[in-house]
Amino acid sequence: MTAFTTETPARAASVGTAHTRVEGRDKVTGAARYAGEVPFADLAHGWLVLSTVARGRIRALDSEPVLAMPGVLAVLDHRNAPRLETDYAGLMGSRPDPTCAVFQHDRVPHLGWPVALVVAETSEQAREAAEALVVHYEQADHDVDFTGEHPDAYPLDGHAPAVTEKGDLDAALAASAVVVDAEYTTPEEHHNPMEPHAATARWDGGRLEVVDSNQGATWVVGELASLFSLDPASVRVRSEHVGGGFGSKGVRAHQVAAVMAATLLQRPVRVVLTRRQMFSLAGYRSPTTQRVRLGADSDGRLRALEHRSVSLTSTVHEFVEPSAGVARVMYDADAHHTANRVVRRDVPTPTWMRAPGEAPGSFALEAALDELAEGCGVDPIELRLRNEPAKGPVSGLPFAGRHLAACFREGARRFGWADRDPRPGLRRDGRLLLGTGTAAASFPAGAAPSTATATAYPDGTFTVRISAADIGTGARTALTLVAADALQVSPERVRVRIGDSDFGPAMIAGGSMGTRSWSWAITVAAGELRERLALGAEIPAEGITVRSDTAAAIGALAPAERHSFGAQFAEVSVDVTTGEVRVRRMLGIFAAGRIVNPLTARNQFLGGMIWGISMALHEEAVRDRASGGHVGADLAGYHVATHADVPRIEADWIDDTDPDDPVGIKGIGEIGIVGAAAAIANAVWHATGVRHRSLPIRPDRVIAAGASGV
Amino acid sequence: MREFGYERAYDVAGAVALLGADPDTRFLGGGTNLVDLMKSGVERPARLVDIRELPLAGIEPTPEGGLRIGATVTNGDLAAHPEVRRRYPALAQAVLAGASGQLRNMATVGGNLLQRTRCGYFTDVTKPCNKRVPGSGCPAVAGEHHNGAILGASEHCVAVHPSDMAVALTAFDAVVRFETADGPGELPLADFYLPVGDTPHRETALPPGALITGVTLPPAPVAAASRYRKVRERASYAFAIGSVAAALDIRDGVVHDARLALGAVASRPWRAVTAERVLTGAPAGPESYAAAADAELAAARPLPHNAYKVDLLRNLVVAVLTDLAEEAAR
Repeated sequence: MTAFTTETPARAASVGTAHTRVEGRDKVTGAARYAGEVPFADLAHGWLVLSTVARGRIRALDSEPVLAMPGVLAVLDHRNAPRLETDYAGLMGSRPDPTCAVFQHDRVPHLGWPVALVVAETSEQAREAAEALVVHYEQADHDVDFTGEHPDAYPLDGHAPAVTEKGDLDAALAASAVVVDAEYTTPEEHHNPMEPHAATARWDGGRLEVVDSNQGATWVVGELASLFSLDPASVRVRSEHVGGGFGSKGVRAHQVAAVMAATLLQRPVRVVLTRRQMFSLAGYRSPTTQRVRLGADSDGRLRALEHRSVSLTSTVHEFVEPSAGVARVMYDADAHHTANRVVRRDVPTPTWMRAPGEAPGSFALEAALDELAEGCGVDPIELRLRNEPAKGPVSGLPFAGRHLAACFREGARRFGWADRDPRPGLRRDGRLLLGTGTAAASFPAGAAPSTATATAYPDGTFTVRISAADIGTGARTALTLVAADALQVSPERVRVRIGDSDFGPAMIAGGSMGTRSWSWAITVAAGELRERLALGAEIPAEGITVRSDTAAAIGALAPAERHSFGAQFAEVSVDVTTGEVRVRRMLGIFAAGRIVNPLTARNQFLGGMIWGISMALHEEAVRDRASGGHVGADLAGYHVATHADVPRIEADWIDDTDPDDPVGIKGIGEIGIVGAAAAIANAVWHATGVRHRSLPIRPDRVIAAGASGV
Repeated sequence: MREFGYERAYDVAGAVALLGADPDTRFLGGGTNLVDLMKSGVERPARLVDIRELPLAGIEPTPEGGLRIGATVTNGDLAAHPEVRRRYPALAQAVLAGASGQLRNMATVGGNLLQRTRCGYFTDVTKPCNKRVPGSGCPAVAGEHHNGAILGASEHCVAVHPSDMAVALTAFDAVVRFETADGPGELPLADFYLPVGDTPHRETALPPGALITGVTLPPAPVAAASRYRKVRERASYAFAIGSVAAALDIRDGVVHDARLALGAVASRPWRAVTAERVLTGAPAGPESYAAAADAELAAARPLPHNAYKVDLLRNLVVAVLTDLAEEAAR
């Protein structure tokens, strides 16, 4: 046994230094196993059967011939599936999306609704049998249309109130020297992480164990325990490596179906979604129709601001894409009205997708600001600086660090903004028109209660356990650096274990809150452990463990507007004769708290910005009105930016330290996409003189719009 | 996925014999399209005959000054071949504009010609499609057809042929060689793909059981100054929404010879014979190029969501011919 020693003198901080991923070698050599690859003895494979009609009832399922097919073990459907409990509020404060409560009734509320699970000895047998299963439907008329007016839209609170209103909007607009009144639309977008959703369920000594790919192991435990009326302590969910989540990896149909089958067959059952199934079962970002009205004095100072957004939800569950919330943080005006409304259609339920609300909302609002800048003859950056609010426009709360102006100043300097001629349609490179654009970005910096343990071992190493999730962000590595600094040791002596619900409740990897929330819990546990060790106690073989819980500390946090901020810049080329828009360079400057690991942080910012390119130019899920389903629901039909679409692109950050904040870390997972599409759309206007208010800016739209005044 | 048998053929006669008259057997080249279709259930063969070991991977000059290209030459090797690049640069450019490096290293010339449309209704077995299930209907006509055909289509099918390579081959009068149990045969590429009509499921004029053994490119001096230009919805790794393969021979300010083929406009690569007629003998210049494009596209019958293609192809033809003329003048 050895006594604890800190390295003296106080070692240089690990936080803030670039560190490659601690599991990087395992990932590139294939040693890291993902949920669909973890071996189990006696494993059976389930394959989901999805509805091919958009509305109706299941009249009959011809299970018998399928049960006679090679290797088939069972067919689960609404006639024989275990009953589930759905009358509860989960971690996110809402009831579960009934799409995950599979096989409870014969109703079909959208195309791609799970109607059965076929279980077989091999994955191939299960798939062949699932595709052979004949389902008879009583079909009803469906409506998936999301165009035109929405008289049936109604306000819906999400993680923020549906409606905020102050001041007399009509009067303020009437008194404004310049008014912008424009409608913007964004299409249905899908996350589709590279690793498909996958889960294996088994019963082990009276405990349900699920090996899964998710954004929060204790979150999924809570949902499964509630759905199956189990004691949460008798459910364990592990999610060691996750190949992308982006909001789509909570509890979904496949985990529930796997648990049902494992219970019925009393053997491990794995269910993996196909790419095409993900388009129906993994959630998505709703299309939005947004109307923005801005009124300003001739110098660009806002008098009136209205942002109204309509998004889509299913007939079985309410989810709102809160696009109109952006203005509640970004800009103030005497009359300030925002509203998020939804319409219900016969479609799958949308969900959180990278920067829910902010991503589409910033497109509309920041494009409208650019139109206002044009109308006022004020530089777009100067316009934003003139409208910097002193306090939260709606909340009235002080900002805990708002460094938007500094982001713009640094970005403008590095992008060469000062030389920009604001007039559109002037710059050419052969047939190409060139333009530049900018937009602001913000995303909330919240924290949620988490628990963690820190253990000191006699060999001088430490293990931190927290039910965090590394969904490709580098969270495991970042937390290692945070723990090392809290313990005042080198990162090599620290092992961080994550992705196991047995480590206790913790925030999910979502809402850009993961690293902030987890770091907080780890810092507390590690700090207390260091104090314990400083007393000179001998360390027993099993180690000395300290547990933390940040619930009280987070509850005691003074109310404030806490956000990350950023400034996005883009240069585009446009060929109006072929409709091709290409981004030539991009720059994002962010103020996002203390940056833990510059290497993976840059990766996060760039990933978001590149997604912004996709959002601006490529991404669009196409729904066929006649069938109610998608056309081209795969990565050949649903385009995201390729390497060739990604230009010279830079992300950097400015100092954003808050001495009053207990952790000083803000989220960086989502802000990279915010404002990126608007910057590109604004650049397309600068190139062509045409405002493209509907995303994506497709070739057919560019050809149809042409160029004005060129 | 249906279980299937797999066999490998080592000579052409053996491959043809292995296929026999079995409608449930398919030749497997690079598999870059067929295997995808098997995964999605569009193709459900009982047996595959792998033809990658056949001695058909060569590219040889013909005595007349053309090229003989073997059916199992990979797309990557085709695009990299010095004689292809020298004599038919548009062909090399077309191949390189398609797919990705990995796919081009697998995909074969024969397979490229026989690849199926990427129409989203065709690739989804839960949807009607006259090409996949004759008589089931074409939902694309009233539904999603942004990338649908504007030329030569019918109410029964508006799918476009996805190949870039075939567009360039069409411009240069390529001839497809094949082998059957009854002996060898040839089909000019112009006659290789069948009109859509009310039989969109019948795609080629290849006799049943035929194996494509190669493609012959006749000599075409004009092709040495040729170009392929592809427009797609992203910079790489996407099928064309419009493309042009063109060659131009200008003498004394007059178009002496012109070759023009359009891609992503029809169920087959579209040889623009009307445009070529207008161009030949016309003064070189944008007015002639536009007149030629307009003459060809006068036959266009766009649908509500693909009318942009008429403008796109017109603009593209003018731009490519203008670039070729400027290049020649340098």
